[in-house]
Amino acid sequence: MTPLLSVQGITKRYGAHIGCADVSFDLYPGEVMGIVGESGSGKSTLLNCMAGHLTPDAGQVVFDTRTNGPRDTITMSEPERRMLGRTDWAFVHQHARDGLRMGVSAGGNVGERLMAVGERNYGDIRDKATDWLGRVEIDASRVDDRPTTFSGGMQQRLQIARNLVTGPRLVFMDEPTGGLDVSVQARLLDLLRGLVRDMGLSAIIVTHDLAVVRLLADRLMVMKSGRVVEAGLTDQVLDDPQHAYSQLLVSSVLQV
Amino acid sequence: MIELKDVSKTFTLHNQGSAVIEVISNVSFAVAPGECVALTGASGAGKSTLMRMIYGNYLTQAGEIRIGGLDVVRSEPRDIIKLRRDVLGYVSQFLRVVPRVPTLDVVAEPLRALGVPTDEARDRASALLTQLNIPERLWSLSPTTFSGGEQQRVNIARGFAHSYPAMLLDEPTASLDAANREVVLSLIEDAKARGAAIIGIFHDEAARTRVCDREIDVGRFTPGMAA
Repeated sequence: MTPLLSVQGITKRYGAHIGCADVSFDLYPGEVMGIVGESGSGKSTLLNCMAGHLTPDAGQVVFDTRTNGPRDTITMSEPERRMLGRTDWAFVHQHARDGLRMGVSAGGNVGERLMAVGERNYGDIRDKATDWLGRVEIDASRVDDRPTTFSGGMQQRLQIARNLVTGPRLVFMDEPTGGLDVSVQARLLDLLRGLVRDMGLSAIIVTHDLAVVRLLADRLMVMKSGRVVEAGLTDQVLDDPQHAYSQLLVSSVLQV
Repeated sequence: MIELKDVSKTFTLHNQGSAVIEVISNVSFAVAPGECVALTGASGAGKSTLMRMIYGNYLTQAGEIRIGGLDVVRSEPRDIIKLRRDVLGYVSQFLRVVPRVPTLDVVAEPLRALGVPTDEARDRASALLTQLNIPERLWSLSPTTFSGGEQQRVNIARGFAHSYPAMLLDEPTASLDAANREVVLSLIEDAKARGAAIIGIFHDEAARTRVCDREIDVGRFTPGMAA
């Protein structure tokens, strides 16, 4: 089987400081991988390098495209990469306002992504947008409201709808449940898990919340100081961590 | 179906003076289809550890653990995930679920993961929950608020939803009343009859004698605990 995403030797420096160093892994269709580590461990830098938001100093990010097979997304042209970002890739930001257009209605936020891939029929776009608002549990009566009038949890769900409406194959998520209260987090986790399974999505989730990765991710990478110190099955890394830092991380979680 | 060869495990506690604890050394045994083998030994002998190693939940430092041809010790995460989805079931002592998901869907999930249509998966889940005496009015609620015994039964229903060819059962009859214990034992007997290879931990001696064909004393493989 061809990996959906093959990351090889990704390195990003900020001057003398290492953002992330020599990270390699393969992600297969339908797999969800978590990346954990403390603040400053390089996990967000790595995610942004993979998603094309940052240009790494070295390495390859090879994506199995629908039409041309495996292609290195770092060396591909800007328009091609942007097209990927609108079709097969999605990016869920920690702060919903970074991923939404706050001056546009909820329906418009979802519809905009459809228009970007060539949908033109207003009725179809509005129907699809309303359908997706329903799937993320936003009442259809809010379709014309702006996200500024939504709660944090609703904004996050709207961002997810906007991202998934075009049926992407790979979703990058940066702390998708960060900053939300726990009852809203649980609802979002349930929603994400259902969507991942039903749509057969692959996802890479950066978080510092070990409970989130245990419930969402099949595989886990632990990062420290820009490097991957341990990787494996999520429950294996959490229940039998091998590296000193992973052991510290797991044993530091407060029991509820 | 399940075959262990010279399996050993150590824990290295890096943050506690790099203490190295040898928990299990040189375990070898095999379980055939239709056979149920009990792991026995005192508390701390490593029964659950050995079971978690077979499931790929704990890393194994040496040896081979073959399940239906796949060596768990040397497999990629995605192969182990596939093995757990299709071949190897595990009923642990604890129920771990996404909050808010209804009990019926928690039980149906292993089948959904195999691509079984929602209705069919829910029918199977309903049948198991009925058999295990979980009242229907609870099915639409999340099991997180259930009593210990109810959670245990939900966990068992989930573990038996798919007819796995190999199963690991960690104390499946603990905290159950007589009627439910009987249901669980008959589920195990049915699984054996259809050819499942089963490894179980049972503190309940009568249950062990009834469903298990052999016993393996894990204490024999525990360095420093051998009597």
